[in-house]
Amino acid sequence: MSSRDTDWDGVRLHVVTGKGGTGKTTVAAALALALAAGGRKVLLVEVEGRQGIAQVFDLPPLPYEERKIAVAPGGGDVYALAIDPEEAMLEYLEMFYGLKRMGKALTRMGVVDFATTIAPGLRDVLVTGKTSEAVRRRDRSGRRVYDAIVMDAPPTGRITRFLNVTQEVAGLARVGPVKNHADLVRGVVASPETAVHFVTLLEEMPVQETLDGVAELHAAGLPVGGVFINMVRPVGLPKPVLDAAVKNRFDHAELALGLKAAGLAGGPADASAIAQALAEEVLDHAHRTRLEKRERASLAKAGTPRYELPLLADGADLAGLYELAESIRAQGAA
Amino acid sequence: MTKTAPVLDIDAILDDENTRIVVCCGSGGVGKTTTAAALGLRAAERGRSVVVLTVDPAKRLAQSMGLTELDNVPRRVKGVGSPDGSGNGSRGELHAMMLDMKRTFDEIIEAHADPERARQILTNPFYQSLSSSFSGTQEYMAMEKLGQLRRSGDWDLIIVDTPPSRSALDFLDAPERLGRFLDGRLIRVLMAPAKAGGRSAFKLLNAGFGIVAGALTKVLGAQVLKDIQMFVSALDAVFGGFRQRAEQTYKLLQAPGTAFVVVATPERDAIREASYFVERLAEERMPLAGLVINRLHRSPASALSAARSTAAAEDLEARGEHELAAAVLRLHAGRMQLAAREQREQEHFMSAHPTVPIAHVPAMAEDVHDLDGLREIGGLLAT
Repeated sequence: MSSRDTDWDGVRLHVVTGKGGTGKTTVAAALALALAAGGRKVLLVEVEGRQGIAQVFDLPPLPYEERKIAVAPGGGDVYALAIDPEEAMLEYLEMFYGLKRMGKALTRMGVVDFATTIAPGLRDVLVTGKTSEAVRRRDRSGRRVYDAIVMDAPPTGRITRFLNVTQEVAGLARVGPVKNHADLVRGVVASPETAVHFVTLLEEMPVQETLDGVAELHAAGLPVGGVFINMVRPVGLPKPVLDAAVKNRFDHAELALGLKAAGLAGGPADASAIAQALAEEVLDHAHRTRLEKRERASLAKAGTPRYELPLLADGADLAGLYELAESIRAQGAA
Repeated sequence: MTKTAPVLDIDAILDDENTRIVVCCGSGGVGKTTTAAALGLRAAERGRSVVVLTVDPAKRLAQSMGLTELDNVPRRVKGVGSPDGSGNGSRGELHAMMLDMKRTFDEIIEAHADPERARQILTNPFYQSLSSSFSGTQEYMAMEKLGQLRRSGDWDLIIVDTPPSRSALDFLDAPERLGRFLDGRLIRVLMAPAKAGGRSAFKLLNAGFGIVAGALTKVLGAQVLKDIQMFVSALDAVFGGFRQRAEQTYKLLQAPGTAFVVVATPERDAIREASYFVERLAEERMPLAGLVINRLHRSPASALSAARSTAAAEDLEARGEHELAAAVLRLHAGRMQLAAREQREQEHFMSAHPTVPIAHVPAMAEDVHDLDGLREIGGLLAT
């Protein structure tokens, strides 16, 4: 057990959401590694059947079964589970009604199609229900089986509806077993033991969606966690240089001299041509930096802790995951 | 060695009068809606009468086309001129609309059921849940709306943006899934009591059916089951129409006048999804026009490699000279590395699908806010 203070001490269910393309699954995986570091046991769950976790960890497709997929720095374990609504439904029937033998008949009858087609809320209740079960699960000696659960959740646009299970099944079931189950799930998801984290990029659309998502969660009484700003590029140039570039006062001549000094240019004309091309990149970078500053300021309005994760030069491979996990720990998010 | 792909000739597709439908598909966050809007604007400014059907567009993008409300009706976009923005010599028109899936669903029910039955369906709690939140309903209704627009004959080109699904394939599968469900055995079990005139539920069924019904009652509760039964039996009357329409729309997508444009970014996940999509379209015999790769990073100084650039920066730094040049060279090296990585991701696609034409749109600092922005993207798509 780690004795360090982190921003989310006491949180046992970390729900990770984000707009498509922001790297939600990668961040969820890195967060699981970070939380497991130093000898803890963490379960990483996937709920949308995309097998994104298997891809991130470079593994064959995951079954509906908790299995160890990675060892964290300092000896912790990350387990993974791809929740399949069909299997979750059969398990639910067995657990609460002893109806396991019914499974085949139910599958044959299209009960799963039923659950996922006509009863949208039911699917989400099954998936969040399975996750909540893992959060609450204890071993024989009464200890929690997992120190933390990380959920690679649906995208920002759907997250509130997904987690707001009681609301969602309201039209489906005002009373009865589904309603009871939903209430139980709500008890876990809306508790201080849960935090919903957002993954975003420093771009307009994902930032706007993040702010909208935070507001929606607040309105629904669900616990907002932190904002993970992903794929942050290093600031390459000092501010005065960027300011000059935006004002069209970038020092081409100085750059050309530098290029010549570095032996990159044949003659003055050549140096000037390369400097011209590089100056375009500088201007582009300057515009981007300004936009990023604006988006950072927008995100600050959400009033939640923010963490910055670097853009990985080689993409999100396994080594990159550990790098992100380290960054998450260094910033106190885990 | 750098692989190359055939070039996707956007203008040839948009200008061809035989092209009646363009479907933009791809995983979430790759710029599908923006691509659809940019293609629509370009086609209109090249003289076609176009309607863009968008599903859940970002606020600013909707505003860029003058869409302020989700009202399920195509609205004329003002300020459409010619590709150079001058407004000269264009005969085309651009309309845009946002899909209201509940209203679209309601309209189908109203069109296919007598008023009393329609009322029964529209007020059923199950219908309300199905029509407003079922993840496949949006896909189904987008395809339904597409069919409606096509049948109306009011536009000679329809550009449709596909819904942001769990997987990019959902919109192909959802109609069939809904159809299969409505046609399936479970439904027949659930309908049985209604058909038996409401007498003791499931009595007439064999033991297997009875067990299933019993299990459902246990899990869902008796009231829920009753709601579903009412809904299903009311829907049964209109279902023939449903299935027929879904099949028509599916055929429409296979017709030669349709062009699928798969949209991706040069990221691993998006490219993988694009590959998957291309394969799936081939299986379904749906006509693929090509792949659009958005947000590609390029360098205007690409002759200067990342390695040389880094080495030169190190050299200058070691000598403590020309700080500015060293920093710019570092920046350039980073950009070249990113470009190289994106090129590798693209090559994965090209190796698997060497004949698929590709168009590129470079990364831009800011999102699109207005028609000029869309026009610029349209221009980049066509070059």
